[in-house]
Parts: sequence; C-alpha cells; structure tokens
Amino acid sequence: MVEYKGIMVLAESADGRLANIARELLGCGRKLADDLDEELSAVILGDGVAGLAQEAIACGADKIYIADNPFLKDYRTESYTNAMEEIVKQVMPRILLLGQTSIGRDLAPGLAFRLGTSATTDCIELTIDADSGQLLQTKPVYGGNAMATFTSDCYPQIAAVRPKVYSAPEPDNSRQGEVIAIDTGPESTANRTRVVDKVSRVKEGIRLEDAAVVVTGGRGIGSAEGFKQLEELADLLGGAIGATRPPCDNGWIQNSAQIGLTGKIIAPDFYMAIALSGSSQHISGCSGARNIIAINKDVEANIFNVARFGIVGDWKKVIPAFTEKARELLAE
Amino acid sequence: MNIIVCIKQVIDPEAPPASFKIDATTNSVVLPADIPPVIDPYSEYALEAALKLKDTYGGKITAISLGNKLIREVIKKPLSMGADELILLEDEAFADADIWSTAYPLTMAIIKIDEYDLILCGRQSADRDAGQVGSGIAEILDLPSITLARKIDISGDKALVERVTNDGYEIIETTLPAMITISNEIGEPRYPTIRGIMAAKKKEPTVWKPADIDIDPSQAGAAGRRSRLVKLLKPVYESKCEIIDGETPEEAAVNLAEKLRQEKLL
Ligand SMILES: Cc1cc2nc3c(=O)[nH]c(=O)nc-3n(C[C@H](O)[C@H](O)[C@H](O)COP(=O)(O)OP(=O)(O)OC[C@H]3O[C@@H](n4cnc5c(N)ncnc54)[C@H](O)[C@@H]3O)c2cc1C
Ligand SMILES: Nc1ncnc2c1ncn2[C@@H]1O[C@H](COP(=O)(O)O)[C@@H](O)[C@H]1O
Repeated sequence: MVEYKGIMVLAESADGRLANIARELLGCGRKLADDLDEELSAVILGDGVAGLAQEAIACGADKIYIADNPFLKDYRTESYTNAMEEIVKQVMPRILLLGQTSIGRDLAPGLAFRLGTSATTDCIELTIDADSGQLLQTKPVYGGNAMATFTSDCYPQIAAVRPKVYSAPEPDNSRQGEVIAIDTGPESTANRTRVVDKVSRVKEGIRLEDAAVVVTGGRGIGSAEGFKQLEELADLLGGAIGATRPPCDNGWIQNSAQIGLTGKIIAPDFYMAIALSGSSQHISGCSGARNIIAINKDVEANIFNVARFGIVGDWKKVIPAFTEKARELLAE
Repeated sequence: MNIIVCIKQVIDPEAPPASFKIDATTNSVVLPADIPPVIDPYSEYALEAALKLKDTYGGKITAISLGNKLIREVIKKPLSMGADELILLEDEAFADADIWSTAYPLTMAIIKIDEYDLILCGRQSADRDAGQVGSGIAEILDLPSITLARKIDISGDKALVERVTNDGYEIIETTLPAMITISNEIGEPRYPTIRGIMAAKKKEPTVWKPADIDIDPSQAGAAGRRSRLVKLLKPVYESKCEIIDGETPEEAAVNLAEKLRQEKLL
C-alpha cells in the first residue's frame, strides 16, 4: 500500500508576497505536522514566484514545491487542478490545506473529486485525532446554526480553511528548507475557459477584510442615502463599511460589502451592527469580532445575543447623535 | 438551450435561530414540526438563472433533485416557477448522502438525460454549506466548471459568465457544455405564476431509483459516503449585552459614545 505522509499547504501569493492566508495555513500546518511528527511542505504556483520560497520556509515549511510557469500566472480552475493533481500524486501528502478564498473554494472540491477523496470547505478548526491520526475538520453548517466535525478515510484529506482563523507565525529567517522545482508539463496548461476581463468594484480606502473598525447596516437602513450616513460614521472612526445581504441585493451598497457566510468573513476589533437582525448566516461572518455594538429597535433581535453593548432604538435617531458625540470625543 | 438545474430540499434556513435543535445522541438535526422544509435558496437562484436564459434563448429546463421522502408541495416549486421537467432521485438508498454520494448519482442521472448545454447548481446548499456538488459533477463529466456566477450570456457555442470575486467580478468565456454554480447576485428568484402553479399541479415528477441510473446502492446515500460526520454541535455565543439607556434615543446615543470612550473602544 502506498503511504500518504506529511502536510501540504497550497500557498497563494498576492502582490509579490505570500498572501496572509498562506502564512496562516503554514502556521496551522506546522502545528499539525509537529503533532504527527511529519514534514510540512508548501506548493507555490504562479509566474515569477521563485522568490517566495524563502518566505514560506521562514513561516515553517520544510519543503517547497514550486511550479513557476507563465501558464500558471492567473488562477484557472483547469490548469490549477491539473497542476495540483500532478504534485499531489508525486508527493502523496496525508493532508492538503487550502484557503477558503476565491481560489481555494473553487479548487478544493474539483481536486478532491479528481483524486477520489473528499474535501471539507470553510473549516474553522483542524485537529489531529490522537488515535487514528486522521484530520478532524470542523466547519459551520446550517447557515452557522451548527458546527459539524468531519473526517475521512480517503487520502489526502483536503481542507479549505477560513482566513483569519489561524494567526500567521513570526517569520524565522534562520530556518532551512529544501526547494524543489516542479515541471507541471503542458498538460496543466489546458483550459477550456478564458478570462476576458476583470472588474473591480471596490472603492479606494481600507479593505473591509483588514479594517479594525467596521460599521455595518442591515435591511432596516432602508436606502442608499441611509448607507451614506453610515459611511460618514465609518470614515470618522477610520473604518470600513459593511452590509448584510438585503442591502446588497437591493443595490443600496456594492455587493462586495456583504458580510457573512456567503460574503466576507471579518474579525475587526470594533463592529457596529446597525438595523440588522443577526441571522446565523450573518453572524457566521462576524462572530470573530471582539466588540459588537448593536443598534436595533427590536429588543428581541438575535444580534443582542452576541453584542457587548447595545441600544434598543431607531437608528435614524441614534446614529446622528452618536456620530456627533463621537466626533466631539475624538477631537478632544 | 437545454439546461439541467440541480435542486435540493432543505430545512428552512431563515427560520428563527432559536427553532434550530440538534439531537446530540444521533448527531442530527431535529426537524422542526411546525416549519416546513423549503427549496434550497441557492438552488432557487440557479433555477432563476436558467429561467432568465430560457426567456432570452428559449429551450428546455430539467430540474433534478436527490433525496428521500421529498415533499411534493415543496419539491414541485421549480415546475410552478417555469421548469419543464422534474426528475427525482428518490429512494431510501439515497438518504444521508454526502458530497460524493450526492454528486455521483446526480451525474449518472445527467448522463441518462443526455441532452444538455448547461448544468446549473447553487453556490452552496443552505444545510451543508459546502459549495462542492457542482464542481464534483463537472469533474466526473470532465466539463469546464465556473463557480459563483452573477450573470450568464450565450454567444454562439460559448457562454460568457460573470464570476463574483473578492472585489468585484471577472468575465469568463467557456465552451459548452459547462457546469456553472450561481450566486445570489444573479437576482431574486421569480414568484410562481398562477398558470405555473396550475401546470405544476397537473404534472407528476419522474422518479428514478438507483437501478434506473445504473448505480449500485453502495454508491448512494450513507453507503456511498467518502466523509464521516464525527460531531454536530450548536455554537455557544457569550450573551452579556449591556443595554445603554437614555431618556431619548439621542441621549442613549451620547451615553453609548461616552461608554465606548471609557472602555477605550473609541
Ligand atoms: C445560504 C444562505 C446564505 C446567506 N448568506 C448571508 C450572508 O453572507 N450575509 C448576510 O447578511 N445574510 C446572508 N443570508 C441571508 C440571511 O439569512 C438573512 O436573511 C439576512 O442576514 C437578514 O439581513 P438583515 O438582518 O439586514 O435583515 P432582517 O432580518 O430583515 O433584519 C432587519 C432588522 O432591522 C431592524 N430595524 C428595522 N428598522 C429599524 C430602525 N429604523 N432602527 C433600528 N432597527 C431597525 C429590525 O428590528 C430587524 O431586526 C444568507 C441566507 C442563506 C439562506
Ligand atoms: N440532494 C441534492 N439534490 C439536488 N441538487 C443538489 C443536492 N445537493 C446539492 N445540490 C446542488 O448543489 C449545490 C451546492 O450544494 P453543496 O455542495 O451541498 O453545498 C446546491 O445549491 C444544489 O444546486
């Protein structure tokens, strides 16, 4: 029987560096590898990415598999699935970790089917079962109403991990590792799809995912004008603006502002939740926030169950007064 | 345009969180007696995407659903919204399926249907929240796969698909046939029309058993799983919300700002 051994991380890059999620996965992978007393490897795919190997080693990887190929410059489902299939078949890792990102959530399921194994998406906790050595993968299900822990007898065990769940390790530049170039061959270049254009809808300013302060409005805001008022408060607090799904569906604000299970997953210090009920799907995306402040006219609203401070009242009265007072306090 | 849409029946995801209960001994959800199941919302978005294409390019929409003891009033909704056919993979053998034992039988049914240009799925089902079945079907059939679509246009023998990204969307061209998963940005699903409801009443779904799609019961349902559920728990959130009062909402707002200042949050 062939033996599956070691932990492998697909390390995405962004702007010529390892992406935050890649470093988080290396931190998480290192821990799992140590628990199993096995190796941690990282796969880096792209064009001109060879320089990233050292960073991955500093973050905990023992081996780096690099496929540096112009055809892998942009993520495409088919070429990346082909490349990963080839690398996994060569290396035979026991566990493969990806990020629950635009890339990982698209790649993990198809790759799992290609390899005849199973994947778990949107994992928020990974541990090794002490008896079996299997990976226990916990993820929200039922819209966040429940947490399910899955495992599998098929290998490699594949998990797509939610960003911001694991913290990135401090890089240790004295660490040593081995870098292995992989030629994924022409097979990996076949694509039946082609990117015609990319359209960005995000305004300049603080990225929602990185903001320490987020001001979020729900259906009760009622209009695009209402969101302008929230934007003013967000600007004052040096934060970003977010929304539940209904305001996005209604076009009061851009879709990329949606927070939740099917939107952005965030973990700011300060989260102001205004005129939203606190559905499990929404909470699932912001439960990592350290301080939730809720404004809702309904005292029964579920958001008060997760908030630290709250006001029961009409946001149209509360927010202008709050903004004014906050401006005054911040000017002191 | 022949379009196949995969539709799942799920426990109502918009039911109040308090109505959600788990039986810890069986690691399963206690179905609420007073809240009927619904069509998975993202399956409904997928159907809406199919109906939009049919509005423009004509053609036939076949809905398929896999499950056991599917409730007719619920599962026939695609017909009342405008789907032409409904096929149910319905059998005890299909119960307790995971991603594999869902995608594989659905794929075998799609092979039996044979004529299709597009296969549409939801971006994720509201109970499992996996977002995998569509990609699985595409992989077994060796079709191009595009996830998280917000718009689909057809031009000749290709489709142009807007795919939701982190900061906007990308436009992807694909050959047909292809598998595409649909996100809510496609637009609200339409309501069934009276005519649609009448037509759905008269139309009976076709029911296929494992043998009808040439699969062994060991590849379906609980027997065909490749993942194992170890534990199902309700998350606990600390609930110690301090409500800030005032004579008026404005005063409460001022008190809140001061409180947050004290706590060094402002
Ligand atoms: C599979 C699936 C995935 C989903 N993913 C997401 C997701 O990622 N993100 C997301 O947000 N949703 C998501 N949803 C939708 C989710 O279930 C809820 O429908 C949505 O979060 C509700 O948004 P809301 O709280 O703004 O609206 P509502 O639930 O309608 O709440 C509005 C609240 O505003 C309050 N209010 C109204 N007027 C005022 C006022 N003047 N002053 C103060 N308070 C007021 C009301 O008391 C009420 O509590 C998803 C649903 C499904 C099925
Ligand atoms: N039992 C099922 N029957 C029909 N379609 C399904 C079933 N399960 C999942 N799907 C389809 O696959 C999509 C994604 O589901 P999942 O991968 O389970 O999150 C759903 O939105 C449906 O379109």
